[in-house]
Amino acid sequence: MTATVTPATTGSAAATDTGSGVLRALTRHRGRLIVACAAVALVLGAVFLGAGNWPASLSVDLSGPLKSTSDWIIDNRDGHPLFLYFLGHVSNAVVVSVRAVYLVLLALGWAGVTAAATLVAWRVAGVRLALTSLAAFAVCGVLGMWVPTMQTLALMVVAVAASVLLGGLLGLAAGLSDRMHRVLRPVLDTMQVLPAFAYLLPVVLVFGIGVPAAVLATVIYAAPPMARLTALGLRDADAGVMEAATSLGATGRQRLLTARLPLARKELLLGVNQSIMMALGMAVIASVIGAGGLGDRVYQALASVDVGAALAAGVPIVLLAIVLDRVTAAAGERIGAAPAHRSRLGWAIAAAATAAVALGTRLADALTWPDGWTLDIAEPVNRAVDWMTAHLYSGVPVVGGTADWAGHFTTWVLNPLRSGLQWLPWWAVLLTIGVLALLIGTWRTAVTAVLAMAAIGVLGVWDPALDTLSQVLAAVAVTLLVGVALGVASARSNRLGRALRPVLDVFQTMPQFVYLIPVVALFGVGRAPAVAAAVVYALPAVVRITAQGVRAVNPAAMESSRSLGATGRQQLLQVQLPLARPALLLAVNQGVVLVLAVVVIGGLVGGGALGYDAVFGLAQGDLATGLVAGAAIVCLGLMLDRVTQPTQRRDLAGKGA
Amino acid sequence: MARTRIAALAAAAAITVTALTGCGAADMTRQSSPYADAKGSRTVTLSVQSWVGAQANVAVAQYLLEHELGYRVDTVQIDEVPAWDALSQGRVDAILEDWGHPEQEKRYIDDKGTIARGGELGVTGHIGWFVPTYFAEEHPDVTDWKNLNKYADQLRTAESGGKGQLLDGSPSYVTNDKALVNNLDLDYQVVFAGSEAAQITQIRQFAKEKKPFLTYWYKPQWLFEKVPMTEVKLPDYKEGCDADAEKVACAYPHTPLQKFLNSRFEADGGDAAAFLKKFRWTTDMQNDVSLMIADQKLSPQEAAARWVKQNEATWRTWLPS
Repeated sequence: MTATVTPATTGSAAATDTGSGVLRALTRHRGRLIVACAAVALVLGAVFLGAGNWPASLSVDLSGPLKSTSDWIIDNRDGHPLFLYFLGHVSNAVVVSVRAVYLVLLALGWAGVTAAATLVAWRVAGVRLALTSLAAFAVCGVLGMWVPTMQTLALMVVAVAASVLLGGLLGLAAGLSDRMHRVLRPVLDTMQVLPAFAYLLPVVLVFGIGVPAAVLATVIYAAPPMARLTALGLRDADAGVMEAATSLGATGRQRLLTARLPLARKELLLGVNQSIMMALGMAVIASVIGAGGLGDRVYQALASVDVGAALAAGVPIVLLAIVLDRVTAAAGERIGAAPAHRSRLGWAIAAAATAAVALGTRLADALTWPDGWTLDIAEPVNRAVDWMTAHLYSGVPVVGGTADWAGHFTTWVLNPLRSGLQWLPWWAVLLTIGVLALLIGTWRTAVTAVLAMAAIGVLGVWDPALDTLSQVLAAVAVTLLVGVALGVASARSNRLGRALRPVLDVFQTMPQFVYLIPVVALFGVGRAPAVAAAVVYALPAVVRITAQGVRAVNPAAMESSRSLGATGRQQLLQVQLPLARPALLLAVNQGVVLVLAVVVIGGLVGGGALGYDAVFGLAQGDLATGLVAGAAIVCLGLMLDRVTQPTQRRDLAGKGA
Repeated sequence: MARTRIAALAAAAAITVTALTGCGAADMTRQSSPYADAKGSRTVTLSVQSWVGAQANVAVAQYLLEHELGYRVDTVQIDEVPAWDALSQGRVDAILEDWGHPEQEKRYIDDKGTIARGGELGVTGHIGWFVPTYFAEEHPDVTDWKNLNKYADQLRTAESGGKGQLLDGSPSYVTNDKALVNNLDLDYQVVFAGSEAAQITQIRQFAKEKKPFLTYWYKPQWLFEKVPMTEVKLPDYKEGCDADAEKVACAYPHTPLQKFLNSRFEADGGDAAAFLKKFRWTTDMQNDVSLMIADQKLSPQEAAARWVKQNEATWRTWLPS
């Protein structure tokens, strides 16, 4: 047990600064101490608290107050000044701006938009990306998704602009003021790990179903990375340059505008990039609350079990994501490198060409994508899916069908795990979480994790939360097993790595909803398909982080182990994996967060538990059920993230060294 | 000093925002979709619920509004209860198929007056418990709820644990199943598929293997044409027997499905509002269109176009004179 507690030694690096011998001894035996204390606490708990679920006396029933809040909002939405003079204007502003962007896109026509995208990509990132974006927009049209794509694009433009503005301002505040930084950082850290699904209900409650709610939910989801990266960029500004600027007599504002912000531009662009990706990730989920566009097409297609049509709407989202990701990433790399005079000419050419194309199509009266140029991919895809389900579902000789696997997985893994967790006395669950968080992270993360879990008990959803937790644990175990194996394999074989990369890219950007129906067809209804979808979604990140970690292992260490005569297996187990430990921990952390996000959506395919409650709350407008489930999901996410979060202590150690 | 400047900036920003937006009160009952009315056309926004029958209503209405009356139609997929809210705020103009929400009717029609009744759709809806017909033929007595416990063993799945599985669908649908299982002392576990799509997929998988199953389902629904199912008789429905959600021990009622319009749209909607009020067809007609959409995988527009071509006599009467 104690063998796994190596972080204690890294942590001791920070503590040695204090120089106290006692402290040093304490930190060295930290792991053992924690385990000993836990054992004592277990005995004490068993004697004094007994077994059983979260005691009813410690929980609060919020359904009454929540019901009256929701009634109040519905009754006063048309008349109360808060809505008339503030929220109503927010909502109108969103509608007006989305509409403005949408009309501009429509006025440009399909050729104009495609030309603009291609030329921007050419100017920013070169010919290759220009061709990619040309192809991407053409495919959107060919799939018959032009208008929905434009609607999604309009919504994205507004949402991303708002996220960048809001995130930038918050980041600026956190970057310049230490106090703001201390306040904001935990909030932003937390927001980043929350499943998007949890944001929907509160926004819907205030704004009602529709575009404003969708945009605001997207902004809440996409702004944190921008804020974090802005703050990071400003705080990491080179001290020498800042000193020089001060000594040249620059005022505070000059220093900010001419030194700090330009120095942070890489982080700023990375922030924009991250915001865009998060916003696109939200595009489909937001369709549940009326975002329209591509997400709505995916959602509607899934309602009639039409995987092909869902895919036809899902592909443009993936393509948009890929183009926007590559273009902003290239912009980040290129910044400052291009000579100024030629670039201005290039931009002028680009603008003129776009205008010419847009005008040409307008004169030719061909603003909408030509009907004849579409290709129906839905049918062949559906046939393939039908074939798969017909032949794999059951009765496959020797290995059994997917339905049998799902049944076995549910009976032998999910059920015992769930009943085991629910059988554990509530204080033992809290204790386990605390101990795990202490072993991996710091006392701070441990306290947060335990408090978050306790909050779930107080909210009165202990049992469903443990049900969700059991699904998360099972999915994470499978993801790690497969992901680490694949990651190690692709790090050791370049060919496999190259073959895997595009597959991983697609799986990661594909909207989670698209997975849901094929997994039902393969695994039936229940918790097994929810787990399967979660595994598929989380796998790419885990594979990628593992592969990077293993690849980044110091070549000198590899070389010396080889010269000592280690076999390939020994090298992997005794050098590469131990040295890649930080990356592996990060993979666990990411895996847990991503899995939770999808397990929650699994409520739509019979996953039950918290996810179902959240869906139920949205569908029935039942605030009491939905908000409590949402809050519990938030707490669960917080707890899982903190338990698996090793970063903070490593930061400390890094600074001490 | 820096702080005062920040405070001043914040104040200035707040004033600008107020100046930009705060000239007057915003009307929260006139919240239209940003995609509506593009290119200066008259637009109607219809709410589509997730089930295919509702898609069929909307597809045909959309086709006729666009091709016969010259409107542009936007559709938004919204669940049943939030759709009422959206209708009241003017985000959608009409709901074409509602399965009965007395609480919302009282709040929005009687109290606030933001929603108006649009008459009957002509289709009668019914919710119930169903077993596949192949199973009912083998075991005729399964169609009475009193005998259900006898078959609990055969209806077990991994999800339902030691009990029989009663498959339920989307959380947005009206259901008393948990209470029913409880109050009728049935040895069953309600398993929520979470969405209708998931439920249909599961039913078809069961049917392909001729496995028995028990499911919450409703009529009219196209799936009956693909997987014949027989209803299980529950204790008779009597007026008011489902008043207390905890104590329900009776079958679901037969509900004449209703249309609802936004009040403002009803008054000023012109031809579109008049047309939607007259829109009235039969269960079979709705099923025809639903089948084309869900089973032949035609797009709703194509399905509607086909139906319109064959049924001119019916829809002619809906057009405003």
